[in-house]
Amino acid sequence: MNLFRTALLLAKKDLYSELKTKQILVTQIIFAGLVIVVFSFAFDPANNTTKAVIPGVVWVIIVFAGILGLNRSFISEQRNDTIQGLFVAPMEAASIYLGKFLANFIMILVVELVSIPFLFLLFDFKFFGSIPYFILVVFLGSFGFIAIGTFLAALSANSKSSEMLLPLLLFPITTPILIGVVQATRIILTNMEKFSSALAWIQLVTAYDVIFFVICILLIDYVLEV
Amino acid sequence: MIDIKKLTKQADNKLILRGIDLSIKKGETVAILGPNGAGKSTLLKVLATLIKPTSGLVKINGLDLKKDHIEIKKTLGYLPHSSLLYDHYSPLENLVFFGNIYGVKNVEEKAIQLVKEVGLSFFLNEPVKNFSRGMIQRIAIARAIVHDPEVLLLDEPHTGLDQGAITILNNVILSMKDKGATTLMVTHDFKQAAEICDRIIIVKNGKIVDDFKMERHNLGYVSEKYELQVEGVS
Repeated sequence: MNLFRTALLLAKKDLYSELKTKQILVTQIIFAGLVIVVFSFAFDPANNTTKAVIPGVVWVIIVFAGILGLNRSFISEQRNDTIQGLFVAPMEAASIYLGKFLANFIMILVVELVSIPFLFLLFDFKFFGSIPYFILVVFLGSFGFIAIGTFLAALSANSKSSEMLLPLLLFPITTPILIGVVQATRIILTNMEKFSSALAWIQLVTAYDVIFFVICILLIDYVLEV
Repeated sequence: MIDIKKLTKQADNKLILRGIDLSIKKGETVAILGPNGAGKSTLLKVLATLIKPTSGLVKINGLDLKKDHIEIKKTLGYLPHSSLLYDHYSPLENLVFFGNIYGVKNVEEKAIQLVKEVGLSFFLNEPVKNFSRGMIQRIAIARAIVHDPEVLLLDEPHTGLDQGAITILNNVILSMKDKGATTLMVTHDFKQAAEICDRIIIVKNGKIVDDFKMERHNLGYVSEKYELQVEGVS
C-alpha cells in the first residue's frame, strides 16, 4: 500500500506545483487552442468533408500537448537535484513512476476537457455518435500514450537532448495506440454503423495499454537506477 | 550500526572505492576527510542508496543495503551539496511533502518546529526560490532531519554557511547525537570536524588511510594527521 500512498503524494505534489507555477497546463492549453484555430482556418467548418478531419485533430492535440507535459515531468526534478530526494526516500521506483504518470494523466485530461468541446464548438460539429464510447476511447488512448510517455520521459531525462529524444522514442512505440484510437474515434464520431470495427480497435488499444503499463512498472527500476 | 566490508565502486573502468572496510557504532559522529576525488562523496552516496556498489557488503542496523533498501532508507537522513528542495514551494510545504513521504506523524507541527529551530520562522510561507544560499541550506538541514533519522549523512554541510548558520547546523548535529543518531560527515572544514566529531577518517585514492578518535577537539592534531597522509596529493 506504501506504493500507492507515496505515488499519490508525488502526484499531488506535481499537481500542486502546477497550480502554483501554471507552467505546463497553460502551455498545453494554449497549444491546443492554437492547433484548433489553425485547423479552423485551413478547413471550412461549413464543409461536410471537414468532419472527417476532426478525429485526427483530437489526437493531434492530445499527442503534442501531451509531449509538452511529458518533457517537463522528470526534467523539473533535476533542479536542485530533487529527484535525489525521491531516490533516498523510502519509496519504490514504481511509486515515482506511478506518481508522475498520475500527474501527467490528470493534466492531459484537463487539456482534453477544455480543448475538445472548444474544437466541436468551433467546427460546429453535431455529435451523432456515442458520447460514452467517445469518452472511453479518449481515456484509453490518453492512458496508453501517457503511460509509455512517462516511462520514456524518465529514460530520456538524463540526456542533453531529451526534448528531441522523447518524441523520437515515443512515436514508434505508441503508433499502434494512435492508429487504434484514431480509427475508433473516426468510427464513433462519423459512422456508428461500423461500431463492431471500433470495438475491435478499442480492444486492441486496451490490451496494448495493459501490457505496456505492466512492462513500464516492471522496468522502471532499471531506468531510474543511478 | 554501519558495517562496510570490502566495498568497491567502479565507474568507467576507474576504481573510485578500492575495498573500504569500516565499522561505525551507534551514536558516533564521524568526519570523512580527504583530497578532491578521493571517493568521500561516493562512499556517502553508496550509503545513501543513491549509487549501487560494484562489490562488497554494506549493513546498516543489521540490514543489508541491497536487500532491505526501503527499510534502510527510512533510517537515513541525507544532505548533499544540492538542497533537494522544490524552489516554488515554501519551507513548510517542502518539509510537509518530505515528511509525508517518510510517514511522519503530525507532520505540519513538526515542520513548523523545525523551521523555527533553524531560525527561519518568519519565512515559513515564502517560496524557497527567494532565499539566500545560507537560508536554503538551513531548510535543507531541516528537510534531512524531518523524520528523525537514525543515521545522518552530510556532504560538506558547512559550505557557504555564515557563522550563525554554522552554529545552528552544529547544534542540530549535536542534538541528533544526543538522541542517539549516528552522523557521517564529508567535509573539508577541519575546524568544524574537530569541534563536533568524535572520530576522523581520512580517505585517499578510494581507501581509508587513517582512522582515529578525536580527543579534546584538537584541530592541530587533525591537520597534522591529514598532512601526513595526504602529502603529495595536489
